Amino acid sequence: MITVSVLTLFSLGFASAGILAIASKVLYVEEDPRIEVVTEALPGANCGGCGFAGCEAYAAAVINDPDMPPNKCCAGGPDVATRVAELTGKAAGDSEPEVAFRRCIKVEGNVAKKFDYFGIQSCAAAKLVQDGPDACKYSCLGFGDCVRACPFDAMWIENDLVHIAPDKCTSCGTCVRTCPNSILELIPRRSRVMVFCSSQDKGKAVKDVCEVGCISCGACIKKCPAQCISMVDERIFIDHKACLAYGPSCEEVCVEKCPRNILRCLNPELMSAAPDTEPARYPEESHVADLNA
Amino acid sequence: MDTFLLFISAIFVNNIVLAQYLGNCPYLGCSKEKSVSIGMGGAVIFVTIMATMFTFLIQKFVLIPFHLAYLQTIVFILVIAALVQFVEMFLKKMVPPLYKALGIFLPLITTNCAVLGVAILVQRKEYDFVTSLLYAVAAGTGFMLALVLLAGIRERFEITRIPRAMRGVPIGLVMAGLMSLAFMAFKGMIA
Repeated sequence: MITVSVLTLFSLGFASAGILAIASKVLYVEEDPRIEVVTEALPGANCGGCGFAGCEAYAAAVINDPDMPPNKCCAGGPDVATRVAELTGKAAGDSEPEVAFRRCIKVEGNVAKKFDYFGIQSCAAAKLVQDGPDACKYSCLGFGDCVRACPFDAMWIENDLVHIAPDKCTSCGTCVRTCPNSILELIPRRSRVMVFCSSQDKGKAVKDVCEVGCISCGACIKKCPAQCISMVDERIFIDHKACLAYGPSCEEVCVEKCPRNILRCLNPELMSAAPDTEPARYPEESHVADLNA
Repeated sequence: MDTFLLFISAIFVNNIVLAQYLGNCPYLGCSKEKSVSIGMGGAVIFVTIMATMFTFLIQKFVLIPFHLAYLQTIVFILVIAALVQFVEMFLKKMVPPLYKALGIFLPLITTNCAVLGVAILVQRKEYDFVTSLLYAVAAGTGFMLALVLLAGIRERFEITRIPRAMRGVPIGLVMAGLMSLAFMAFKGMIA
């Protein structure tokens, strides 16, 4: 009895193992081994900043498509770009390190509340109710949709306003795509000047709701010697590339001329700091306050 | 008519998860998003059919002729595990799109008790070959229905205020229990 059952199970197991062994040879799928190597070289956060579904998808694209540049991974930055370029035999090219930036300082502007909001605690939901509870409909809603979306834990909410830790931000752009008010954008880390407002309203409407909002007076546009400030989507837009190319000889005349003090210099040292993995004690660190104003 | 009743019975009255409590692990594990639950449900239907077909043949041509019916459970586990491995390899080579859709779920189903349960149930009920396969389709569909329904409910939890202690698995278990209660209403409609 025992012999028969043991023998049956043994032979069945042996037969299955044999079939699987043969199948693994016959049905072997040849995969480019480089895809795995490149995937391991990538950060593995699957943030989607490169425009692909995940790190593995980007690795496959970089291997299979000769025109795909190796520096698409913004989370990994130049180090990863060099490594991927090495592995794929492509030229690394240079990528300007960027950082996410919040165009709003509603706390300084004393933006009032239109009403108390008790609904679903998310920016996307709050935005649907009368453009959000803030008097300015272009403000940071402060419910932290971006904080939840950030794959790198680089954002936090303080005083209803999102803050960004530049040493953790990898400029993957997930928060930029999440924000329903489009107040977040990616700017080069070396950027010299930034507008801390994203209102699209005209002067009077802005003055009514915010003490520091941009009133679209255009003083900065007129004064900029490099002509790199313009109006895009009814918001002030700074062409950081042109601004950096012109250099510091203008002595930031735009900042001086801004009547609302909403154009401010960004600390150049802080912005060029590469993201590192060290846990930031961010609220205390003084340089963070500069970026977040 | 019999086929119709078989389907109604297996999907609603004797739902494999909600009435027979089989396959609870993927039921809670893969019901957080609707797209995932649909993929998982599809994989379960696929594997259930394959497993029922093979175990039926094993039972008929190996176990019964050699008077080894008492080895049914362990032999079925062996056969299903080997089969799923084989199917995974086969799909990877021959049908890459299907492998992409079902691939990550296949290893999860290797030792799924819903699949094994269907294989054993059809033997216990002494169905013929065709009825067995139809029952496998129906049971798999019932699993998918339960999974997708729960996933739909759990997606709404994302925007609901739930006490901290209840978030995640606890509220999922409560919902699974309530769903099971709801399906009790079908009890007695068909044997």
